[in-house]
Amino acid sequence: MLTAEERDVITGLLGHYTDPRAAVVEALKVVQEHRRWVPDEALPEVGALLGLSAHDVDAVATFYNLIFRQPVGRHVILVCDSVSCWMLGYEDIATALKRRLGIGFGETTPDDRFTLLPICCLGACDKAPAMLIDFELYGDLTPERLDAALGHYA
Amino acid sequence: MRDEDRPLTRNIRPGEPPLDRAGYEEAGGYRALKAVIGRRDPGELLDIVKDSGLRGRGGAGFPTGMKWGFIPMGPDAPKQKYLIVNADEMEPGTFKDRFLLEGDPHQMVEAAIVAAWIIQASDVYIFVRDAYRRATDLLRAALAEAREAGYLGRNILGSGYELEVHLHTSAGRYICGEETALINALEGKRAVPRQKPPFPQSSGLWGRPSVVNNVETLYNIPHIVLRGAEWYRGLGKGADGGTKLFGASGRVKRKGPWELPMGTPLRELLEAHAGGMHDGHGFRGLLPGGASTGFLVDEHLDLPMDFDPIQNAGSRLGTGALIVLDDRTSLMGMLRNLEHFFARESCGWCTPCRDGLPWVERILAAFAAGRGTAEELDILEMHTRFCGMGKTFCAHAPGAIMPLETALKYFRDDFERGLTRAA
Repeated sequence: MLTAEERDVITGLLGHYTDPRAAVVEALKVVQEHRRWVPDEALPEVGALLGLSAHDVDAVATFYNLIFRQPVGRHVILVCDSVSCWMLGYEDIATALKRRLGIGFGETTPDDRFTLLPICCLGACDKAPAMLIDFELYGDLTPERLDAALGHYA
Repeated sequence: MRDEDRPLTRNIRPGEPPLDRAGYEEAGGYRALKAVIGRRDPGELLDIVKDSGLRGRGGAGFPTGMKWGFIPMGPDAPKQKYLIVNADEMEPGTFKDRFLLEGDPHQMVEAAIVAAWIIQASDVYIFVRDAYRRATDLLRAALAEAREAGYLGRNILGSGYELEVHLHTSAGRYICGEETALINALEGKRAVPRQKPPFPQSSGLWGRPSVVNNVETLYNIPHIVLRGAEWYRGLGKGADGGTKLFGASGRVKRKGPWELPMGTPLRELLEAHAGGMHDGHGFRGLLPGGASTGFLVDEHLDLPMDFDPIQNAGSRLGTGALIVLDDRTSLMGMLRNLEHFFARESCGWCTPCRDGLPWVERILAAFAAGRGTAEELDILEMHTRFCGMGKTFCAHAPGAIMPLETALKYFRDDFERGLTRAA
């Protein structure tokens, strides 16, 4: 199922590593950059390029928070739910986001625009509560300020 | 503080882009690199680091010089040896390494090269968490500039020393900050911790001698080798040498981070630097070094923030990131949040951690809702023992259980109030 381009990029990574296996996270990111997520069908093909079984690739792919194993929307919102953000209003932010988007955590809006996910501490506790949209950091959030952030993403 | 008393952050101007190579060199940067690569004996430099008393800033506080001392050296040592920079900062409450990497990336590059020279590493791997995209971009640019200047690659500054620096971006998982899990992650394996021994210094990445150091730890190195162990020890106020990045989160007026002498009293951090509690909020307690450290309360506020005094008080200095609990936030809610984090981030390898932490989280949810039972209180106590040191491969479970264990000690009333009213 991998495209020729995906294969080329992954093969091109191998020269950077002592052992092809070490490229597995990078390779999964290549697939995710092209498709937004990593489908099961991609695993044996990524494995074949790296000399790994599909199970070996799956063991890594299922381990990380930011390798998506289900389809996601055009933009991914990651809301920090760890302690410093929780103390300064995470629950209000999460509630407001769910209401505005009409979805819960782990869901995607019907127009495919946003996927909403919780994430552990973003190292932005000085700006709590905080979230990432497509890895852009938004801090000192209030329910009122969410609209401005969401408005940047079509 | 004067600039010379805050070596780690003196180049950092929050809100402004970091110094490029020219600016960094104008501010005195790469002087340590030029002074030591090919010119100073690694063994002599290692002695300086040992004498400085520098202890690891990732949370465990292991003496850095001693850690490096276990790396095989000399003509019979393996040719491939690795220095691994742990930039996987994900300890809740902690934002110091992000501040350093975004504020002064060239200092990371210089520190890594100087440290690599001391252990005669062949390669450096900088392991950065995926969420730190800005830090990654800045590091990549700084590495390219350093390479252009001949500070990296073959025959650095004509010394004959060859060093490659590789930037690895991870994909998000707290346990990757544990050094042996990090090594498995770099090898492309599921990032579960390894049993120790063997320690990474004898058999680490791909079975080669390796050492894993935190970002902040390494930022100290160029200054220590340039200015000496005595100068460095003199920066601290107490037993531990140097400065440290401290920060605060919760209902306090200011968050930091601040670079301050090791041994700065906890009260000074809380009252002078963090500016005390928000109006209308009182102080109840704090975790002194991130989520995996134990509660300290009023009686501890005059302790110096050094490794040993905080450990002797039943907690850990950890990352020096205060998480402050106020009197209007629910302790049970906070504990439940903390244990939710640790349960979710457990790698699942060891039973007490994999099965125990979700159990603890469920019980705390019941207490938070006022539906706890006396039997469940006993079960919480049981888990503080099951998750203690030595029951699991790594320190995830012992760290996870520390806030609960100390909350049971200092805030017993909150648990009593969480018992089912009807009982």
